[in-house]
Amino acid sequence: MSNRIPADLPAVDHDEEGRERRSYVIGLVLALVLTTGAFAVVWLDLLSGAAALGALGLLALVQAVVHLRFFLHIDLQRSHRDDLLLILFTVLILLIMVSGTIWILYDQHMRMMP
Amino acid sequence: MSLSERLHPGINLAGTDPESHEAAEEVLFGFWIFLMSDLVLFAVLFATYAAMSVQGIAEGPGPAQVFDLTAAFVETLLLLLSSFAFGFGMLAMKYRESRRAVLGWLLLTGGLGAAFVGMELHDYYVMITQHAAPPQASGFLSAYYLLTGTHALHVSSGLVWMAIMAVQVVVFGFTTPVKLRLMRLALFWHMLDVVWIGIFTFVYLFGVAS
Repeated sequence: MSNRIPADLPAVDHDEEGRERRSYVIGLVLALVLTTGAFAVVWLDLLSGAAALGALGLLALVQAVVHLRFFLHIDLQRSHRDDLLLILFTVLILLIMVSGTIWILYDQHMRMMP
Repeated sequence: MSLSERLHPGINLAGTDPESHEAAEEVLFGFWIFLMSDLVLFAVLFATYAAMSVQGIAEGPGPAQVFDLTAAFVETLLLLLSSFAFGFGMLAMKYRESRRAVLGWLLLTGGLGAAFVGMELHDYYVMITQHAAPPQASGFLSAYYLLTGTHALHVSSGLVWMAIMAVQVVVFGFTTPVKLRLMRLALFWHMLDVVWIGIFTFVYLFGVAS
């Protein structure tokens, strides 16, 4: 079970390895582009106000999906769907808690205004 | 046939080690559930920060005055490259089971991770000594140190875990338990990078942009 030598690995694995290697490289390149894009929005003042915040939020969302797809290998295959469902459920819980907190605290803050 | 299918997040061992692949499904799914609950923890800290960074500045300095975007950018690159290096380490484990290669990638991953933690500590030092922004100055700063500190603590414990795994690779070789532990550590490490996307966007970039 342990320490199997490389010689008994099927030859087809080399294609598989190349494919998985490419997946990480694609993920890295996309993540670098998205990160640099996000910082460029702020550094170069490409957008301002709500447009800037919206663009940054969108870039972050896309980058999170890139990381999940290419680094954590979450995809839409049926055998793999429990993991996806669990993360989607977590995101739902997370959105309810975060938006609820921000809403309630903002409301309280407004009521505290002199 | 089920063996060729993906059974869990991260690298699957189908094809090179069917036995470990079968054993992996349960433990990796369990760890995945833990990671999701960890995400909920971070979500609450993000929510606190979101409220505090707008309404909790009090008499203290605001986000745009204390954050150093260049440092945040370098930290982002360090963590991203570290995550990438771990990915290649996992491929070296899956296809070659070469101790040298895996240990080399682990060392690179850990080195980049340690540089990340070091830079963050330096950020804290600069903020506290030069910008008069210690955690007790305002609700915004308390929430900032709590959120980024929790993330840095996660990364640090990942580094300890990585050191332990390096020793296990040397002592035990690539047995099924060692492989499964490395696979869980990989999920943990990649997930911390996903959390960092939230931090550099909603803390640093939002703080300076708005």
